[in-house]
Amino acid sequence: MDNGTFDSKGYLDMELLRFTTAGSVDDGKSTLIGRLLYDSKSIFEDQLEAIEQSSIQRGDENVNLALLTDGLKAEREQGITIDVAYRYFATPKRKFIIADTPGHIQYTRNMVTGASTANLALILVDARNGIVEQTHRHAFIASLLQIPHIVICINKMDLVDYSKERYDEIKEQFSEFAGKLDVKDVRFLPISALKGDNVVERSKTMDWYEGPTLMYLLETIHIASDQNHIDCRFPVQWVIRPQSDEYHDYRGYAGRIAGGIFKPGDDIMALPSGFTSKIKAIDTFTGPVDEAFAPMSVTITLEDNIDISRGDMIVRENNIPKQGQDLDLMVCWMNEKPLMHKGKYYLQHTSKDVRCVVKEVKYKVDINTLHRIEDDKNIGLNEIGRISIRTTAPLFYDTYRRNRNTGSVILIDEATNNTVGAGMII
Amino acid sequence: MNYNLNHLSEIEAESIFVIREVAAQFERPVLMFSGGKDSIVMLHLARKAFWPAKLPFPLLHVDTGHNFQETIDFRDELVEKIGANLIVGSVQESIDQGRVVEEKGINASRNVLQTVTLLDTLEAHKFDAAMGGARRDEEKARAKERFFSHRDEFGQWDPKNQRPELWNIFNGKKQMGEHFRVFPISNWTEMDIWQYILQENIDIPNLYFSHTRECFERDGIILANSDFIPLKPEEKTEQMVVRFRTIGDMTCTGATRSTANNLEDIIQEVASSRITERGGRADDKRAETAMEDRKKEGYF
Repeated sequence: MDNGTFDSKGYLDMELLRFTTAGSVDDGKSTLIGRLLYDSKSIFEDQLEAIEQSSIQRGDENVNLALLTDGLKAEREQGITIDVAYRYFATPKRKFIIADTPGHIQYTRNMVTGASTANLALILVDARNGIVEQTHRHAFIASLLQIPHIVICINKMDLVDYSKERYDEIKEQFSEFAGKLDVKDVRFLPISALKGDNVVERSKTMDWYEGPTLMYLLETIHIASDQNHIDCRFPVQWVIRPQSDEYHDYRGYAGRIAGGIFKPGDDIMALPSGFTSKIKAIDTFTGPVDEAFAPMSVTITLEDNIDISRGDMIVRENNIPKQGQDLDLMVCWMNEKPLMHKGKYYLQHTSKDVRCVVKEVKYKVDINTLHRIEDDKNIGLNEIGRISIRTTAPLFYDTYRRNRNTGSVILIDEATNNTVGAGMII
Repeated sequence: MNYNLNHLSEIEAESIFVIREVAAQFERPVLMFSGGKDSIVMLHLARKAFWPAKLPFPLLHVDTGHNFQETIDFRDELVEKIGANLIVGSVQESIDQGRVVEEKGINASRNVLQTVTLLDTLEAHKFDAAMGGARRDEEKARAKERFFSHRDEFGQWDPKNQRPELWNIFNGKKQMGEHFRVFPISNWTEMDIWQYILQENIDIPNLYFSHTRECFERDGIILANSDFIPLKPEEKTEQMVVRFRTIGDMTCTGATRSTANNLEDIIQEVASSRITERGGRADDKRAETAMEDRKKEGYF
C-alpha cells in the first residue's frame, strides 16, 4: 500500500488475524500499538491532529498515543483504559484486529473478553523488570482461553543496552513458568517500541537476534489450523421457510459451522432427536457450495423432513459430541456480585439457552502462581475457578480444549440479565 | 484444499451470524437503514442471511427532512426492489409535535434531534432490537461498542458498565421496556466496505461518485448548497467537482473534491487518503467526545 496503486485483488485474498495485547500502563503497549498503526499508515492525519491537540491541552510532554485507543471521557480523565478497544489495520499481507485490553488486575474480565476471539496474544515485558506477576497473569489467561499463539515482546531493550544476556535471562524466566501452562506456540522477540527496533524494521543494534520482526511474524504466522476442521458441528440458529410460491417446500437450517467440514451427501444426525438423514445441499445467497467449514455461515437442507429447530445440532453420525447435563467448567467471574454457591443462572451455549445450578466450587486458582486454592471457594470479580454445574436440559458439547466454539458457555444473572461468567468446558 | 477464509468472507460470515442471532433472540427487531453505504451493506448481508426467504424484520429510516433527495430516491427504489417493509420516522413530525425544538443559528443541524425521533419510533412500534451500520473503526467511542449493545428504558448507553461479550455468544436478555442496539458490521473498516461493494456489485447512491455540485466552504469543510443551510454574508457558492465519503444530513456532511467516478477509483482514493471519513463530519467536531455524548443519550 506504500506507493503506486492499491491492489484490490491482493486485498481480497488476505487473511484475518485477531490478536490481543496485554500490558500495564508503563510497559510501552500504547507506543507499540501506535507504531504498528502508524507504520502501516492506519493513523490518519485528523486523528493524529486531534490527539496532538488533546496532548497539548493535557500538558503531556509528547504526543500521547494512548489517546488513540482511550476514547471514553472517563478514560481520558483518569488516564486509564477501562474497556476493550478494538483497532484495525492492514498491511499488504494481512488484515488485523487488535483487541487492546487494559492490564491492571481489576480488568481481568476485559483481558478474558479480548482473548476469547483472538488467534494470538501479544504480551509485553519491560526488559528492565523482567517477568513480573502481571506477565504470569497474562500468560495464564492466554493459555486458559486457548489462544493458539503467544508472542512475548521483551520491550525497552534500548534501556538495557540491547543486551543479549538480559534477553536470554528473561526468556528463561518465562519458559520456566510456561512449563506449567497449556500453550502450544510461544515466541520471543527483543524489541524497542520507542526506537522501532524489530517492530517493523530489523534492529541494527541487535545483530545477535536472528528471528523475524514483530510485523513479519504477525503477517506470516500460520493460522489456518486454528479452527477445528475435524469434528463436524453445526448448531442450528434459525430455520428458513420462505413459504413463497417459488420455494414452497424449502426448509433450510441456518447457522455458522462450529467445527469440521460438511459436504452435500454426508450422512448426518440431528441432536437431540437422533434422527438421521443426508445433506441435500449447502446453500448461500450466491448459490450452493461443495463444502463448508468453520467459521462459515451457511444454510443446510436435508433429504428428509425431520424436526429440527434452534438450539439443535447437526453432526456426523460417526462423530458425535459429548452430551449431558452435568458439566465441569473453568469459570472466569465477571461481575461484582460473586458466584453464588448452589445459585441458579441462565446459560448460553452455541445457539442453546438453558438454566443451570452451581453444584460445587472445586477450587479457585491463584492466577499469579497457578496454585489451587481449596480452602477459599468464593469466586468474586476477576477470579477464576473450577466449578461443577447441572443444566436443565442436555448440552451437546466438546471440551474447550478441543473446540472453542462448542466448548464455551456464558452464565447470565437471572435477576439483572447481565453476563456474569465465562465458562470453558473441561 | 485450504480451509481458511479470506478476511472479507470471515467478517461476512460473522455479520450474517449476528443478524440471524438478532432475528432469533428478539421479538420485534428492525434494521436501521439510512441510504448510506454502511447500511446498504448491512441490508445486503441481511438478505444473504435469510435467503431464499424475505427479511424477517422491517427497515427503519429516521428522516431528518434534510436528506439529499438522491438518498431518498435510492432508498425507495431499493425497498421496492427487494420487497421490504419500510417505516419512516420523521424529525419534522417530532418538531411539529413539539417533541423537539429546532436548533437555531448558522450551524443548526437536526443531527442531534434524530435521537428523540428514533427513540419515539422504536417505542411506538415496540421494537426491541435496532440494528445499525456503525463500525468500530469510525470513531473512538464506537471502538468500545459491543455487537449487542444494551440500552435502558431511556435508550441510554452506559459505556463504563457494558456487558462482557465473549466468543460468539451474544446475550440479548433484557427487562421489559429495555432494548438493544446491534451492530453487525462492527469489525468492518471503510476499505472493507468499499471492497465488498465492488466484489458483490452492490448499488449505491450516485452521491458517492464524482459529480458537479454547487458548494461552499465553511471551517474547512465543503458543504452542498441547500435550502437547509443559511449562508454567512462572506460565504460564496461555486460549482465544484466533488463526491461524498459518507452520506448523512445535508447540513453536516462534508464533500471532498474528487474525480473518482467508479468503484476502482474510489478505492484508490480511500487507500491514499490521509483523513478519516468522519473527518468531514461537522457533527463530530462539536466536542472531543461528541459521539460518546450523543450515544449516551440514545444516538445509534
